[in-house]
Amino acid sequence: MSAATAPPSSFPHRHLLGIDGLSRADIVALLDMAEDYVALSRQVEKKKATLRGRTQINLFFEPSTRTQSSFELAGKRLGADVMNMSVASSSVKKGETLIDTAATLNAMRPDIIVVRHHAAGAVHLLSRKVDCSVVNAGDGQHEHPTQALLDALTIRRNKGRIEGLTIVICGDIMHSRVARSNMILLQALGARLRVCGPRTLLPVGVERMGVEVFGDLKKALVGADIVMMLRLQRERMNGGFVPSSKEYFRYWGLDAEKLAFAKADALVMHPGPMNRGVEISSEVADGAQSLIREQVEMGVAVRMAVMEALARNLPNH
Amino acid sequence: MPQTDPRPLLLVDARLVDPSTGRDERGGLLIDNGVIREVGPSVVASSAPNGAEIVDCRGVVVAPGLIDMQAFAGEPGAEHRETMRTISQAAAAGGVTSVACLPNTDPPVDGPAIVDFLLRRARDRSIVRIYPLAALTKGRLGEEMTEIGLLKEAGAVAFTDGPQAIVNAQVMRRILVYAQETNALVVHHVEDPKLVGDGVMNEGEFCSRLGLAGIPREAETIMLERDIRLVRLTGGRYHAAIVSCAASLDVIRRAKADGLQVTCGTSINHLTLNENDVGQYRSFCKVAPPLRHEDDRLACVDALEDGTIDVVVSDHNPQDVETKRLPFAECADGAIGVETMLSAGLRLVHDGQVSLNRLMHAMSTKPAELLGVPGGSLKPGLPGDVILLDADLPWVVDRADLKSRSKNSPFDEARLTGRVVKTIVAGRVVYDYR
Repeated sequence: MSAATAPPSSFPHRHLLGIDGLSRADIVALLDMAEDYVALSRQVEKKKATLRGRTQINLFFEPSTRTQSSFELAGKRLGADVMNMSVASSSVKKGETLIDTAATLNAMRPDIIVVRHHAAGAVHLLSRKVDCSVVNAGDGQHEHPTQALLDALTIRRNKGRIEGLTIVICGDIMHSRVARSNMILLQALGARLRVCGPRTLLPVGVERMGVEVFGDLKKALVGADIVMMLRLQRERMNGGFVPSSKEYFRYWGLDAEKLAFAKADALVMHPGPMNRGVEISSEVADGAQSLIREQVEMGVAVRMAVMEALARNLPNH
Repeated sequence: MPQTDPRPLLLVDARLVDPSTGRDERGGLLIDNGVIREVGPSVVASSAPNGAEIVDCRGVVVAPGLIDMQAFAGEPGAEHRETMRTISQAAAAGGVTSVACLPNTDPPVDGPAIVDFLLRRARDRSIVRIYPLAALTKGRLGEEMTEIGLLKEAGAVAFTDGPQAIVNAQVMRRILVYAQETNALVVHHVEDPKLVGDGVMNEGEFCSRLGLAGIPREAETIMLERDIRLVRLTGGRYHAAIVSCAASLDVIRRAKADGLQVTCGTSINHLTLNENDVGQYRSFCKVAPPLRHEDDRLACVDALEDGTIDVVVSDHNPQDVETKRLPFAECADGAIGVETMLSAGLRLVHDGQVSLNRLMHAMSTKPAELLGVPGGSLKPGLPGDVILLDADLPWVVDRADLKSRSKNSPFDEARLTGRVVKTIVAGRVVYDYR
């Protein structure tokens, strides 16, 4: 069996439910592993046999294009059999509960389940009901750990480090799992974090989470190395949280004029999908300072690293 | 309701704790024909009447049975969650000899026929006393007032729409005025539903970290302040069912200082748990109003000791697996509590934060007074509803042992000190530990 040659596990977790709970060493180990997979993914032959014979189920209770396909590619490149299950939340409400679904899937004996769910804590709940490893692909407004890892990898490859960088996260912080995971991860690696957005979209108590809070994006950008823009959901644009997308773009949308307040070599990121003209201008999104496409590439590598790290802890017989 | 045991029952060598008089001394208590006949140091074994059963208490506490002002009993319509039989067994095991049952049943308790139904069910099924609470508005819709007079005649002891506030201030005003015709007690759930919004736990840093939507304390305080303004306008007897935060207590203090007939309660959960107990999305800790910050909990404990908080309720809300084993934001509110409320409350006594007399006052004497029901005292002539409490007995809560039909206890596996060892209703032992 290949188990004899597998290196001893350096990632002491059965699941990846969030960045919260990972040590700095855990994070760095995942990023280092992901570097190898970036190289692998650029070859013609992209396949490894690490997960050969393993079954991976992508269980998505919320629609997702990029995250689901990224996990699917990652699993396939590692040799796993990958099954996608998209469960529209409406059909779940008709009967089967999350726990029933978990029990059903568990009986099919998967090795890894990748879960996205619209409720915070749902992935945590599911992980207690199954025997396999669980990866959180986004739970409500709680965490999206692989997004934070891929953001960190993108930053490290472009800046050579994360420690000491000034990073601005701008937009709908309150409803963003990406922001939550990034705030924990980037601080664990020693970055200086600033968050910026309208007060209605900042979570209560954010000032006690170790970040500097700004209302004015131009002020937040002064001295910034990295600018992360967040997506503003359509239902929050029209009077509920901000008066209009037009007013939002005026004050919190990133265009070339505002970006000029950041350092000359500042880089721009966005977890996608973008609302061009709402939180970011096309000029900036497609410009020389944008890392947005590279983030997508890093996503596959990071997810391969996560699954390999978890697979090392799976039983082999 | 249990039948009266006509045989005399003599409790000797007890620590008599009577919160209605402040009594805390060694002595005995005689119940005859279901009624307390004698109490005090002079009541000893040798004074036993013929045929009396004598119980040597060996120094454990004898106190009035608890009167729980707020519990959900399942009937009618939610018998899969709780029934009269199961809630009464749970109550007896927790030393609760009288339970006031919430009206948010299906159908709701908004007419005299349903009050009558409840009293008959209680007579046939319950081993403790059951008192119906009736709705304030028809269908609990918050729009038209119920037949407060007829409901009271039928046996409703107080009026509340259960875990739902009356948003329309005009409706609330008219109810406060009309209720005075019969001197009815208006009990209100003080949470502004619009300000609660999608919130599922106390708003603050911890809630933000969990990625859950928060409920600000102001949802409670604003509704409470509105009510107090109305009571200033109308007069009448008003009781805020559960207050959970420091700011609300200030509102209550001002109202009391101004001489309004305003009282308030809190739940055992809000006295002994805080928002951190939610931990990793523990659905059994999702209650309404939500568990608050530790500072609020401590303020509630102080307010209990200084009398600002009049009453402690279990807010017993049985929920089955289908409504609780869901993601936190989607699961139902509620925790069971009638069986553990006294033992959990003893934590405060053992920590020296609240005296036993004060705790028992808020769990028996005051509820009896507010609801106008007998009990809450060891005075001769009152019903023989008493408990034997071993205040130092350590035990561990095991959900498998709980008598309630539902098992959603936030105290499951908790180590508690002190529990009821005997519960007596109308002179008859309805619960015996071991």
